[in-house]
Amino acid sequence: MSAAFRTASGGRIDRSKQLAFTFDGVRMIGHPGDTLASALTANGVRLLARSFKYHRPRGLVAAGSEEPNALVTVIRDDGRTTPNLAATTVELYDGLVAVSQNRWPSLKWDVGALNDLFSPIFVSGFYYKTFMWPRSFWQKVYEPRIRAAAGFGEAPKAADPDRYANRFAHCDVLVIGVGPAGLAAARAAADAGARVILCDENPELGGSLLADPSAVIDGEPGAAWAASIAADLAARETVTLLTRTTAFGWYQDNMVGLLERVTDHLADPPDHLPRERLWQVRAKRVVIAAGALERPLVFPENDRPGIMLADAARTFLARHGVAAGSRAVVFTATDSAYAAAIEAKAAGVSVALVADLRREASPAAEAARAAGIRVDLATTIEATSGGLSVESVRLARVAANGSIAPGETIACDLVLHSAGFTPTVHLFSQSRGKLRFDADRGVFLPGEPHEDATSAGACNGAETLAACLAAGHAAGAAAARAATGGEVAERAYAAEGLAIEIGGHFGEVPHGRDASRVKCFVDLQHDVTAKDIRLATREGFRSIEHVKRFTTTGMATDQGKASNMNALAVAAATMGLDVPQVGLTTFRRPYTPVSFGAFAGVNRGGLFDPIRRTPSHDAAAARGAPFEDVGLWKRAWWFPRDGEDRHAAVARECRTVRETVGVFDASTLGKIEVVGPDAAEFLNRMYVNPFLKLGVGRCRYGILCRDDGFVYDDGVIGRIAEDRFHVTTTTGGAPRVLMMMEDYLQTEWPELDVWLTSTTEQWAVVAIQGPEAREVIAPLVAGVDLSTAAFPHMSVADCRILGLPGRLFRVSFTGELGYELNVPADYGAALWDALLARAEALGGCAYGTETMHVLRAEKGYIIVGQDTDGTLTPADAGLARAVGKSKPDFVGKAGMARPDLTGPHRKEIVGLLPDDPKCVLDEGAQITAEANPAKGAHALGHVTSAYWSANVGRGIALAMVEGGRSRMGTKLHVPMPTGPIAVTVVDPVFWDKEGKRLDG
Amino acid sequence: MADLALRPARVDAFGALPSLAHGSRFAATPVGPATRFVFRGRGPAIDAAATAFGVALPREACRAAEAAERAALWLGPDEWLLLAPDGEGEAIAAAFRAIEAPHSLVEVSHRNTAVTLSGSEVTKVIASGCPLDLHLTTFPVGMCTRTLYAKAEIVLWRRAVDRFRLECGRSFAPYVHGVLADAAAEFAVAD
Amino acid sequence: MLLITCPYCGPRPEIEFAARGEAHVARAAPDADGEAVAASLYVRSNPRGVIAERWRHVAGCGRFFDALRHTVTDKFVATYRVGEPRPDLAAPAGAGEGTR
Repeated sequence: MSAAFRTASGGRIDRSKQLAFTFDGVRMIGHPGDTLASALTANGVRLLARSFKYHRPRGLVAAGSEEPNALVTVIRDDGRTTPNLAATTVELYDGLVAVSQNRWPSLKWDVGALNDLFSPIFVSGFYYKTFMWPRSFWQKVYEPRIRAAAGFGEAPKAADPDRYANRFAHCDVLVIGVGPAGLAAARAAADAGARVILCDENPELGGSLLADPSAVIDGEPGAAWAASIAADLAARETVTLLTRTTAFGWYQDNMVGLLERVTDHLADPPDHLPRERLWQVRAKRVVIAAGALERPLVFPENDRPGIMLADAARTFLARHGVAAGSRAVVFTATDSAYAAAIEAKAAGVSVALVADLRREASPAAEAARAAGIRVDLATTIEATSGGLSVESVRLARVAANGSIAPGETIACDLVLHSAGFTPTVHLFSQSRGKLRFDADRGVFLPGEPHEDATSAGACNGAETLAACLAAGHAAGAAAARAATGGEVAERAYAAEGLAIEIGGHFGEVPHGRDASRVKCFVDLQHDVTAKDIRLATREGFRSIEHVKRFTTTGMATDQGKASNMNALAVAAATMGLDVPQVGLTTFRRPYTPVSFGAFAGVNRGGLFDPIRRTPSHDAAAARGAPFEDVGLWKRAWWFPRDGEDRHAAVARECRTVRETVGVFDASTLGKIEVVGPDAAEFLNRMYVNPFLKLGVGRCRYGILCRDDGFVYDDGVIGRIAEDRFHVTTTTGGAPRVLMMMEDYLQTEWPELDVWLTSTTEQWAVVAIQGPEAREVIAPLVAGVDLSTAAFPHMSVADCRILGLPGRLFRVSFTGELGYELNVPADYGAALWDALLARAEALGGCAYGTETMHVLRAEKGYIIVGQDTDGTLTPADAGLARAVGKSKPDFVGKAGMARPDLTGPHRKEIVGLLPDDPKCVLDEGAQITAEANPAKGAHALGHVTSAYWSANVGRGIALAMVEGGRSRMGTKLHVPMPTGPIAVTVVDPVFWDKEGKRLDG
Repeated sequence: MADLALRPARVDAFGALPSLAHGSRFAATPVGPATRFVFRGRGPAIDAAATAFGVALPREACRAAEAAERAALWLGPDEWLLLAPDGEGEAIAAAFRAIEAPHSLVEVSHRNTAVTLSGSEVTKVIASGCPLDLHLTTFPVGMCTRTLYAKAEIVLWRRAVDRFRLECGRSFAPYVHGVLADAAAEFAVAD
Repeated sequence: MLLITCPYCGPRPEIEFAARGEAHVARAAPDADGEAVAASLYVRSNPRGVIAERWRHVAGCGRFFDALRHTVTDKFVATYRVGEPRPDLAAPAGAGEGTR
């Protein structure tokens, strides 16, 4: 069984194997080596899509990734549903299921096609102009409806179950594009000893050689030559050869993003392989051998199914053994398309004629005539007809004076057209290389590079196979020399094959139709016509960047690969300007669409970010503790007992700590060991507090400011020895505090003999707080006298804890008698278990971060980053007494003395008590002088912390209030949607104002 | 003292995670508990440290030196990571106390955790998250450096052509293990 | 992703580095007046052309260093150790892209 349009022989397909697939539910057969596009064409399917705006029937235009029309959705299952794939890039596999897009109820009967009847309304800018008013309608009415009606495929509804891999790679020479120039370049670079990566978006290497039966290199058919060179390269250890891999984006310093499609071509992808792999390649030199793309002619009704690029038809024939139609008209402005006519005829396609826009017969035209093909010179196509496929074209003669004479109508089911070729300069332009305009040929070519990159072959303007090979070899050799110093001998390739014509005809062809009505499509994917572009210039858009945005030309998934130069030419012609004067739109990444999955890679789910857990994590989880995210850390939030909700658990924990004892995991606190003879001097300069006289075995609460004078971090600092301090930081602040300390040490005071080492993770830390704290730890600690006389509040000692070398602090973040026990972290779980068992035996409990927050707020202890926001000085925070006034200098000393940072207007930390004791304020709520302030009235500050305090028996809050300490006892208001809440400004210490409880 | 009776067993973070083993292609094997110090200093202290530790501290950037079962890894021009078998911490600290030149020695045995990565595909697995060029010409045997693996800071030390030691902060071990497992999955089946 | 030459470790990828703003900005003296303090904290040169910047090879050797980078081309012109003088760029060409 053979499909109707499959040729009798030829093509790079395996005719011995059949692959079954469906398109919109219809089952068809193709072969290995087919794309979905070639297989559909072989089966006579022309109608593949409806256009974006007018829902016009559309078929294939191209054979590669530049295809604008044939976007399909490929479905494996709910999660593996990929929309907007160009059918030309979908490799066929057995069981492939594809469906068309942007049509309802079906591709053949599409209600949206009514838009085409109203197309005079849907001119460029229509949406901008029409849906302006009423303003409120945009979000709720217009946009949802336009979005539903317009657009491309739908995103899958289930989560993507596939894996996406990442690979950093490095090479001397990266070769992008593996046609003749790329192969010659890679071979030369590899021969010179360079490490080479070469990549091509196709499954098979060879590029244009695969589609040119006339190519012969060094006596070998082109495709065979490509295969043998590729095999030779693949066997070399220094070469990485990547097929199905698109170089999609250029990043700085020769980092190029490649997308490798690993399993999309497989009928049954194995579980162990990722679906795609993102390659981040850093190359010393890059050779761009991206080739050239054929440009469509812009003629009336040039969008019907069956109207395709000549080069695409050649590709379907040579690579897939598929004739794109049975009776063809060829329409060309260059010699490039004649080969398509001759090859089609040889394959049994009836070729009605070649209509050549040019007036003189070229040798190629003579050759076609010799092959029995009619050639009409100075001939254009001024109309096409057909429904779901092209059925005929109407020719017209273009006289020397430009006048148009209508000609005959030719029946056909295939129109092959070619305006000439455009060099693919996308990546070169992405690399910030400057493009230069070749006025003779009318194209942009690579000019001055910005990165260490060279363009070779057709993308650099070469037209013959021999020139591409020579340029490739030279570029590869030069790149290897620059990267490694390696040399390679000259190599001259003997090559014959089809030459392409870079340049040709640009913009709309001459025709006799009403230019204000007829649709000559420029951008097929976004339904932009020459008329739309002329309208944009009439409306005053002069720059091509503005024309692009107004018409949306070149903004679809194909990024205007086939349309940009034509759009530019139409705009330039309308304005009477040269093309370089109109400018060129920016080539943006990615060259072809890249899946979100590839960019996300492993960074999703449980591996989205590192999840840092403390040594007691499993024990807390076993008790049902929920966890709070603090930076990357998970911290136990509270420890619910039977039936307790959050409120009950926190209230119980708060009372237990103050009445008996509580156990808290403080391991996440940042820790820095500061060691060296100048350690005290260094800390004295870093922190606002004085440190020179702190005794060994003593601790001090330190406040760290930046040089701007604002509080940056805080923590307890213990002096372990004359030359050794144990510094603690906030949980979230650890890395930035270390960074800041290293900064001052390395750049401001390099003369100091002191060094810093992060010990955050070296120690597991458990805090024991409450009247029974000493009772809990006593049996577990050796080598230190725990009596208050010997080991008072703010003491530190190295000792034995659980028989381990430990570090004991007597500190309190609750206002109760408290200790913090440090042991090496691998023993942290054992420490937690031992302390909790002791505490519970004494009636104590574990507590979490919520209780910690409440207890410290009861004491008016601030949390940097919650009660401060980077704009409070120590004085604003009520910590002026900590500042070492007599110190000659410290970080922030000059900053906090600036006039702007002092005076009565400053916001200060105060306590707030709601008049209603049951009320708990909302953190972040604004504070005003009036109960019902006028709209826009000045807010005095905001609530920074607010809790229910079980110990105080009412709601309490901390707040930042303008001139706060001068407002003690005054009444302020917190306006809320439910009404204002009256509050009284109070001292921020709500519990044990005298501090008597610190000693138990 | 009841010290030793109380002393619990030490299980380091990688040691608590399963090994990854994909034949000769890739394996990730926990190094197990070890003794680690960060030594920082300059001038004469560096030579004195070499004497105290028994391994010359490399002055060349990004190089490690080994002697007996100890190793000194250059992490910065004034910073070395010293590695030794588990249990040698107190002896090493004692030896360094004799150094008079200003320096800093801080034990970080439990701060880090380490895993040995090996196999014919080991560089491909590491290159899933490490942006450095792991080619032998640019990352030779004996090279070590702080760098990144995905979103985790690591110390990577090449012990042999196809064997590396990866150190990271103990709380990052599950993350690093998860990313390694994901990257290694494709080598679970031989080509 | 930029390739940055650490003066200690050689060329390394940008993600190992932290940028720390303009270099060679003197810290205000502890008794400087408010204007001088504000200038040292907040006023930066922001040139179109070569700027001296502070960087740290944070996921590497940990050293701060200084670098000359062209703000138009985004190319590093030189990197040098803290305390070394800013390199004289009079000689090399290629920095002229900033003038247009």
